[in-house]
Amino acid sequence: MSTRLATQGRLVNRDKAVRFSFNSAPMTGYEGDTLASALLANDQMLVGRSFKYHRPRGIVAAGPEEPNALVNLGVEGKFEPNQRATTTELFEGLLATSQNHWPSLEFDVGAINAKLSRFMPAGFYYKMFIHPRPLWKHVYEPFIRQAAGLGQAPKGRDWDTYEHLYAFCDVLVVGGGIAGLQAARSAAQSGAQVLVLEQTAHWGGRAPVDGGTVDGKPVDKFVEELVADLAELPNVTLRARTMGAGVYDHGYVLGYERLTDHTPDMDGPRHRLWRIRAGHIITATGAIERPLSFAGNDIPGVMLAASVRDYAINYGVSAGDRTVVVTNNDDAYRTALVLKNVGLEVPAILDARVLPVDSPLMAEAKAAGIRVMMGHGVAKVQGAKRVTGVSVCAQAGEGATVEEIACDVVAMSGGWSPVVHLWSHCGGKLFWDADWAMFRPDVDKAPIGADGSPFVSPAGSANGHFGLTEILGDAHAMGRAAARATGFTPKKTNAPDGVCLDEAPMAPVWLMPQGAGRDLRAKAWLDYQNDVKVSDVQLAAQEGFESVEHAKRYTTLGMATDQGKLSNINGLAILSDALNQPIPQTGTTTFRPPYTPISMGAIGGEARGDVFQPIRRTPMHDWHDANGADWEPVGHWRRPYAYVRSGESVHDAVMRETKNVRENLGLLDASTLGKLIVKGPDAGRFLDMLYTNMMSTLKPGKCRYGLMCGENGFLIDDGVVARIDEDTFLCHTTTGGAERIHAHMEEWLQTEWWDWQVYVANVTEQYAQVAVVGPNARKALEALGGMDVSKDALGFMGWADGTLGGFAVRAYRISFSGELSYEIAVRASEGQAFWDALMKVGTDLGVMPYGTEALHILRAEKGFIMIGDETDGTVIPQDLGLHWALSKKKDDYLGKRAHLRSHMADPARWKLVGLESTDGSTLPDGAYAVAEGTNANGQRNMQGRVTSSYHSPNLNKGIAMGLVLHGPDRMGEVLEFPGTDGTTYKAKIVSPVFYDPDGEKQNV
Amino acid sequence: MSKAVTALNGVRFTDGIADVAELPMQGMITLRGDLSMAVLKKAVKSNTGLAVPDQGQVAQDGAFAVAWMSPDEVLILCPYGDVQGIIAKLDKALIKAHVLAVDVSDARALFQIAGVHARAVMAKLAPVDVSERSFQPGMFRRTRMAQTAAAFWIADTDTFHIICFRSQARYMFDLLCVAAQKGSEVGRF
Repeated sequence: MSTRLATQGRLVNRDKAVRFSFNSAPMTGYEGDTLASALLANDQMLVGRSFKYHRPRGIVAAGPEEPNALVNLGVEGKFEPNQRATTTELFEGLLATSQNHWPSLEFDVGAINAKLSRFMPAGFYYKMFIHPRPLWKHVYEPFIRQAAGLGQAPKGRDWDTYEHLYAFCDVLVVGGGIAGLQAARSAAQSGAQVLVLEQTAHWGGRAPVDGGTVDGKPVDKFVEELVADLAELPNVTLRARTMGAGVYDHGYVLGYERLTDHTPDMDGPRHRLWRIRAGHIITATGAIERPLSFAGNDIPGVMLAASVRDYAINYGVSAGDRTVVVTNNDDAYRTALVLKNVGLEVPAILDARVLPVDSPLMAEAKAAGIRVMMGHGVAKVQGAKRVTGVSVCAQAGEGATVEEIACDVVAMSGGWSPVVHLWSHCGGKLFWDADWAMFRPDVDKAPIGADGSPFVSPAGSANGHFGLTEILGDAHAMGRAAARATGFTPKKTNAPDGVCLDEAPMAPVWLMPQGAGRDLRAKAWLDYQNDVKVSDVQLAAQEGFESVEHAKRYTTLGMATDQGKLSNINGLAILSDALNQPIPQTGTTTFRPPYTPISMGAIGGEARGDVFQPIRRTPMHDWHDANGADWEPVGHWRRPYAYVRSGESVHDAVMRETKNVRENLGLLDASTLGKLIVKGPDAGRFLDMLYTNMMSTLKPGKCRYGLMCGENGFLIDDGVVARIDEDTFLCHTTTGGAERIHAHMEEWLQTEWWDWQVYVANVTEQYAQVAVVGPNARKALEALGGMDVSKDALGFMGWADGTLGGFAVRAYRISFSGELSYEIAVRASEGQAFWDALMKVGTDLGVMPYGTEALHILRAEKGFIMIGDETDGTVIPQDLGLHWALSKKKDDYLGKRAHLRSHMADPARWKLVGLESTDGSTLPDGAYAVAEGTNANGQRNMQGRVTSSYHSPNLNKGIAMGLVLHGPDRMGEVLEFPGTDGTTYKAKIVSPVFYDPDGEKQNV
Repeated sequence: MSKAVTALNGVRFTDGIADVAELPMQGMITLRGDLSMAVLKKAVKSNTGLAVPDQGQVAQDGAFAVAWMSPDEVLILCPYGDVQGIIAKLDKALIKAHVLAVDVSDARALFQIAGVHARAVMAKLAPVDVSERSFQPGMFRRTRMAQTAAAFWIADTDTFHIICFRSQARYMFDLLCVAAQKGSEVGRF
């Protein structure tokens, strides 16, 4: 059983017990524990079930490479699935539950899949579910979706907050192990700004566990002093609990800081995403131990050798009483020695190598009385939910058992792989080091920055260096080089002098025993989480999936949440062997960010709740909100769709508002309409090019409605242009169009007509604008008083500056409703006060505010088009019967040439008409009018579509506009519009102007 | 009597790691033109007492400031009540030149973030190196803060002034409050 030791545990505080629960069982750990170490201390080795076969899964590792110990953490708004127990710091009250089993972790019905595993090899789903075709959609996929996924999806809203942080530095060091710290110091001595990120809460990495001396001091003492030194330097920032997640172009790096995961009750954001620009990046990301592939290597109790040692030294936890060590290298001997020293049994070290001379570590183990069996390995592990023993065999053979050894832990080591992920993210290349059987960074093929020079350097074991001397030497050199690369002069210093025992060469072992038969290979796991075994990868190769990327996807090797940290190299070694080619020829799969999963919350940062989007509010927004506004998003603006009174539906409100405008007085907040000032000697000429109609002939004091096309001839915007003076125009745009049209104008001015003297300024938000509309509009303004708004003084399509009710205003006599209408612009800061004044004088005049839907109905009654309804980016003015707005006097304007293209001039283009339902009902918006026959694809032919459709309370019937083939020539014809509700709507083609066709009402 | 009110009526937040406040109405004039013209420089100087600043800089003195916005644009900050008068004087002085002077005071909102953690709060929102070593008094930056356009400068020690569009004043204020929330100190800057 696993338990807490009486000694060791340099990271835990035995004076402070921490209570937590796993699957509702109360447990106790110590402050400083990880969830994994605390679980082991409570003899909880079994922590989950695998994805495909639901095999029992135990803790394998002690760090971010852990594939098995993923748990659901927390409840309600703190709930999060797939949390790695090895990187979760224990806190008081932590609640964890295991994943992917039913009904319980101990007894899982899904484990039947394991019995059927013979019939579910790699590619099973592809082979099984492809026929018959229709079953995929209706039977197989729903079933697989049901079975898929490890943890549960959170149901509640996240209670935590998150944030981003933009950070800049000269040298960024990813990894706070001994290499990262040394590199940071060597770089910082030059004066460069250095930022160091460490994913755990502790500095020094593996060094304090693995031992050795530096400059004559124990390595842990050296680390302590080094950290203290760095903390003193003003140009160094140290961040623990912050993982370097990804390296991107131009020295951009994402760091993932976990602020309160270990103390969830603390104030402040839970995670912080660092968005770092670094001059140079050092990846001191360490190395990950590889498992060995032998039968039963997935049984709980089989662990990585160095992790067994980590649990003992760092947390004072023994993974079991009797540990068999199986290895192909010297490092695992350290584990045997550590266990022996704390009084645990190590019945044997099975070393697949046959060394001519005992290495120093081997000699030490033998001296400690540990039995070393050279040339031996594990034939298979005994046990089901926990290791009970191993069958020992000769590594060179086929697995005949020479001896059985009882044990409850198997500590395996298949060698080490440098963590090359961050080096590789931006294109750093790797080479195969045959001596240590590992891919390591090829420093001559580094990621290249904009200036053509490398911007990432690896250091320490991440660079393939093992042994303190080499690691410190490499880190020192890389730190100095990084300082130089960022324009600083490194100090002339020597690397500290590290001393540790020499290690004998390792021997690559990709399968144990070497001649393992099919039965053993089918039980030798590569990917624990996704249940990929040696036999699966071999099958993939046999079936022709020769590329490592194809084999990965076919077998799902490395596609689990650990992204192949343990399985990658072992898997591609097996693939290479099956393809009979050297490992470098097979290559690796692509390393992509993030290094380990980061929270969605951190990615979103502050953008949630009130600040999810930058909502734009007019000066009268709060009034609208307090007066029943049913909001409609228009661009980033929020506009009232209608003002709903109590006891009224939204539709009722729209009908009421629409009628009231025609009968009494309506107020519309039109502040969102774009307002662009265009000024300069060439302003008239410029607008003549931008609008299809003539603007240069407009007189100061007058307004003109204009259309704007892109250079391809399609309508992009419309609005009223007012000429302010000889040199100055004010162009109104649609609500969503202000920024877009401003940019459009600037683009033409800056790229094509750069020699024209025109300046544009966007003054949209300088003004609050109120449309005062209806038969009583003039009376309302006269009640405010201050300027002459009579027909003679301010005629239709005129504007004037003046005062109304003491407000400085600009009054435009324009109408989008067909009623007597003014749009009054006041300073934004006075917008609400002006609105209040209008509401006050309007009391006796039947005033009601109206929203965007009433605006739409009013304009549709008049047959006025709306950009975005009648246009969709494929519509030209001619389609909408707007020929009158296409100037024939001008040589050119944007879109003119495009309109001459054969397709644009095609008489068969659908044209705007009015549509009136034969029974008074409202046509479905967007519905298509069907024609006889079918097209080449066997689809029903179409002859038109509805672009706007409303119920008009003024006409008391459904009215619509649409684009119809030869529409204007077919007045009176009835078209059929099948709806999505199964009924077919019928509508007659009519003029689009339903109301006051002569325009008498607006011109009074 | 002016009925002018700011977008958020001078709202404040003092419950975080830095103090956030909306400042009173501020006069702002966009002046576009050839910034190298002597007549323009002179007109700016005579109306504000300040020289046209270099790229990325702001000249400030008392109630006036001139900020570099683009190669052909400066932003003049002045008392709100002086705007119309200054525009008239600029138009008169520059009548023969091709320029555009326009009142944008009401189109903007102005915020202040103050305290020893002000730089950290800015660094959470703007993709700008706001460390003391890089961002110093006299500098002016047009950029974005989270999802909205913004411009800012250091008005005083540990005090940033931020300009944004008036329609996004509420967003900006909420954003600053979130970024300044309790317990969110960064410990760097």
